[in-house]
Amino acid sequence: MSEKVLMKGNEALAEAAIAAGCRHFFGYPITPQTEVAAHMSKRMPKIGGVYLQAESEVAAINMVLGASAAGVRAMTSSSSPGVSLKAEGLSYLAGSDLPAVIVNVQRAGPGLGGIQPSQADYWQATRAPGHGDFKMLVFAPSTVQEMVDLGAIAFDLGDKERMPAMILSDGLLGQMMEPVVMGSEEKKVQEKPWAVSGHKNKREHNVINSLYIDPPNMEAILKARYERYAEIQENEQRCEEYLTDDADIILVAYGASARISRSAVDAARKENIKAGLIRPITLWPYPDKAILSKIGTTKVFLCVEMSTGQMVDDVKLIVNGKRDVRFYGRTGGVVPTPAEVLNEIKKIKGGI
Amino acid sequence: MSMNLLLAGFGGQGILFTGKVVAYAGMLDGKEVSWLPSYGPEMRGGTANCSVCVSGSPIGSPLVTAPDVLVAMNLPSLEKFEDTVVSGGMIIVDSSIVEAKIKRKDVKAIYLPATRLASDNGLKGMANMVIAGRLYKETKFCSENAFNEGIRKSIPARKQELLDNNMAAVKIGMKSGA
Repeated sequence: MSEKVLMKGNEALAEAAIAAGCRHFFGYPITPQTEVAAHMSKRMPKIGGVYLQAESEVAAINMVLGASAAGVRAMTSSSSPGVSLKAEGLSYLAGSDLPAVIVNVQRAGPGLGGIQPSQADYWQATRAPGHGDFKMLVFAPSTVQEMVDLGAIAFDLGDKERMPAMILSDGLLGQMMEPVVMGSEEKKVQEKPWAVSGHKNKREHNVINSLYIDPPNMEAILKARYERYAEIQENEQRCEEYLTDDADIILVAYGASARISRSAVDAARKENIKAGLIRPITLWPYPDKAILSKIGTTKVFLCVEMSTGQMVDDVKLIVNGKRDVRFYGRTGGVVPTPAEVLNEIKKIKGGI
Repeated sequence: MSMNLLLAGFGGQGILFTGKVVAYAGMLDGKEVSWLPSYGPEMRGGTANCSVCVSGSPIGSPLVTAPDVLVAMNLPSLEKFEDTVVSGGMIIVDSSIVEAKIKRKDVKAIYLPATRLASDNGLKGMANMVIAGRLYKETKFCSENAFNEGIRKSIPARKQELLDNNMAAVKIGMKSGA
């Protein structure tokens, strides 16, 4: 499979999960993520895996929880309204210290919204995927190749940290085809001594649970979990920088918006405007180090999103008033053009 | 060279497939490529369209809003996208389906009766590949080897018996407009 082929983002993600050793997929159809499930339904029976179309998104995420508790790599995928339905399961996964990969191929919201691409689930993914104090790893691919690369990392890191990992895609990345090279070897899935799998009474039985009746006990567990989160925040943040060293205007954008922003940066450079791009690859942990390191050298940050402005909050929190942080976005399923973003860069250039 | 291509027509005319051929050919020629279909209500009975970018540098937005080349295989597509073509660009219409004329004077207008040429040669349903042949002749967006290989790769393994007819349709397109 090391040949370069054209693949849809959704299919590449499914294939990446299989390459990462995932043999348990539970889903429910929704546009624009349907190809993830469709691809799994074709492939899983041929490789001894399980593909199950659940009766609902709620059922699918709880099947993922069960499979993960049993120690196998499990995955579900959906799009925005469907991910909202999975909120309960995500919270239970986190509360039970269980890994799982959840795909959100974002479409416009709120409500049924629309089926065109959107990035309006940033807050949901990074702030409150469900009730309670918890975090989820959130990866934001911006190419089809990155679907493959981050798909593998999401499984590995989720297993290592025992926490759910989300791939935050969108309708544009899911539907587009690009050249992709799959990894050539199958990953070895790591041992999970905590799993509730059969052991023929050879050890004490394991318990997977998210219920803690005693408040001080639960507080201690949450504090320990947040200490792990702090280590992840320190060690696992990822981003890509493009022409940021001498940039007066640094765009901050992820996923599909980052592709568009990169074109806008190139166009700006042609007009002798010193623009650059920071592209967060992990949205949690957020790559604060990259932003912090540029506060002293850039004049302004410009967040570009397919939403009314969500990630811009994180940039503002990091910049903490030391630099101007602007926002440009299109929403409701509208994809911004590089020309629009360039226009925004020029407006800012006029004022600094 | 780089090319931003928009293909549009009715669902079932092979719009998405033609786009895939172009993308595969570009990739095999060592270029950056992207392919993005329209999805949603418009493909359920109405018009389908497909954006393809072929470029020497990484592709930003895969959504083609200002095409260098527009292929219109029905009238609604021509009406919807004619004004979006860049000045100096090209519009190819299937003139056996689209009777209207191209209004733009600043683009190269190509009228190719692809559906009739295909059926006259016993290649019913392959108007899209006749157009692909003409598109290649006009733009030479990749090497001829890569183009032929792109066609072969775009046809699934279980349908390779269709390759010869596809190639025959492409040849008709390449010979057209001489």
